[in-house]
Amino acid sequence: MPNFDLDNVTLRDVNSALHEVDMKATGDWTISNPRGTHALAAGVDAPLKITIDGSVGYYCAGMNKHAEITINGSAGVGLAENMMSGSVRVKGDASQSAGATAHGGLLVIEGNASARCGISLKGANIIVKGNVGHMSCFMAQAGNLVVLGDAGDALGDSLYEAKIFVRGKVKSLGADCIEKEMTLENAKLLQSLLDAAGIDDCKPEEFRRYGSARQLYNFKIDNVLAY
Amino acid sequence: MNQNIPLTTPRKSSIFDDYTMSEIRRAAATGIYDIRGAGAKRKVPHFDDLLFLGASYSRYPLEGYRESCGTDVTLGSNDRVKNPIKIDIPITIAGMSFGSLSAQAKEALGRGASLAGTSTTTGDGGMTPEERGQSSKLVYQYLPSRYGMNPDDLRKADAIEIVVGQGAKPGGGGMLLGQKISDRVAEMRTLPKGVDQRSACRHPDWTGPDDCEIKIIELREITDWRVPIYIKVGATRPYYDVSLAVKSGADVIVLDGMQGGTAATQEVFIEHVGIPTLAAIRPAVQALQDLGVHRQVQLIVSGGIRNGADVAKAIALGADAVSIGVAALAALGDNDPALEEDYRALGSTSGAYDDWHLGQDPAGISTQDPILSSRLDPVAAGRRLANYLAVMTLEAQTIARACGKSHVHNLEPEDLVALSIEAAAMARLPLAGTDWIPGSSHF
Repeated sequence: MPNFDLDNVTLRDVNSALHEVDMKATGDWTISNPRGTHALAAGVDAPLKITIDGSVGYYCAGMNKHAEITINGSAGVGLAENMMSGSVRVKGDASQSAGATAHGGLLVIEGNASARCGISLKGANIIVKGNVGHMSCFMAQAGNLVVLGDAGDALGDSLYEAKIFVRGKVKSLGADCIEKEMTLENAKLLQSLLDAAGIDDCKPEEFRRYGSARQLYNFKIDNVLAY
Repeated sequence: MNQNIPLTTPRKSSIFDDYTMSEIRRAAATGIYDIRGAGAKRKVPHFDDLLFLGASYSRYPLEGYRESCGTDVTLGSNDRVKNPIKIDIPITIAGMSFGSLSAQAKEALGRGASLAGTSTTTGDGGMTPEERGQSSKLVYQYLPSRYGMNPDDLRKADAIEIVVGQGAKPGGGGMLLGQKISDRVAEMRTLPKGVDQRSACRHPDWTGPDDCEIKIIELREITDWRVPIYIKVGATRPYYDVSLAVKSGADVIVLDGMQGGTAATQEVFIEHVGIPTLAAIRPAVQALQDLGVHRQVQLIVSGGIRNGADVAKAIALGADAVSIGVAALAALGDNDPALEEDYRALGSTSGAYDDWHLGQDPAGISTQDPILSSRLDPVAAGRRLANYLAVMTLEAQTIARACGKSHVHNLEPEDLVALSIEAAAMARLPLAGTDWIPGSSHF
């Protein structure tokens, strides 16, 4: 089981080792003493299980493919940005833009997420056990954001086709984001997301669903105040 | 009417001219701003306002057809980049997206650039196999929208260009209207078909040069420090923007003046935001010189480059290379008078057609219509582009040799003078026939 201690090796040592493995590689890797290192485990492209013991800096697990990454700490800006597949779980809080532009995979934030969580989301699933900050899911195109706590201002501003589920309060909705009916199909989807995140202490009926009103999809002069 | 009283000639206002009046009528009829493609059309000080002095009794020229004059450029030439880009000519092809352009046009740009030994660039919409396949050197743009962004394509790129802004619309995001969102474009951008695509103007996961410095580290880590990282800015405050781009760790800076083209932007944005290319170069070069990195962090200048004289002038002012977009499309066949009948049917005329956002381009370039796109032969169009690039390079060499330079990079501001006070002030050159540099010295 490879173990990298960032007190003794460099970021380049760790990432180059992670990049050298191929798709056949499996196994558990651990990284200790990250101490807020940026870009840790960025660009991994193999089904590795990576455990990071400590808090990480910006862009941890950026563009992840296939790997299952667990952070026993908190994460800085852009956690799992542009993730393609695999999963990332942070036991603490995540800073701004967690899961930004992520195309696939699962991001679980056990604490709170700051502003712009899921910004420009393109297909990934994000589950936040705590609260999310303002402008979360701004311009989100596809995928799902599940928030067990509260959401800040301007949730889902300029939303495209991503779905948002919130159990707590929403401070305000952004432009063109509206509450939508929780259909049976939506409830099943939400349950599957909760199951994937290993959450069994809440039910879909406790959530409200939000989505795009699709009124800003094509420019209309009547909507000029919303632009 | 008394026939004996002479009539004054009817006089139109210089400020309410025909174009202005027509725009007021259009705005009154529609209630929406005008959107168009291409760059600023208003007359601003440009490279035509500069002249080379050439060699004479006090300078020694090189033989035009015998003595060599180098044109090669290395982009990202520093210790941190494993594989800098080496191009044969100091002219690159600017970023233009599949979506705004047809697949045939993107392929033609790749073919032409490769034949000429230079690089081409993706755009807001990701990398297509046609483009990668035909481009020997491909720069992958990293834009706020991140449409189509993925680590596999990132690793296929020969360089990464972080787009902060562009000259046609500094401070604005991309725009691709629903007419051009075909099935393939929609899939690449993860958007419903037919939706107006308005890209973000800010990056989603960094908010300033300090954050961008960390973003650059991430991109280098993902690509194992192989390729150069560019930062592209629209020309507004070039001294500070270039200084901060260097601070962020850019290997190459792309500086796009207000004449730089766009696929679709509000007319008011194109014509009224940003500064002319001519005014942007010297402050940018000054920033590089003040930081001691001129010619180590390369500067690519774009926005209104049309011929070898423009290339030579930009380089003499301190650029390492230039980039072309609108001119490259013209070489492919855009706005060709041979299509005049088609342009008139669209309410325009050849040379003025700029409704690139509507997807009706009769030249098959700025369209996703399969019938119109098929009009463009990417092999023949690529050949035309390669010819044009060769001519521009020969022209730049001709001027450089006349100034006694064995490499275009040896051109310098001392080889130039300005024809107008405005150009002299902007380019920090003496007015022709004087030693007066407005703003720098007293007449």
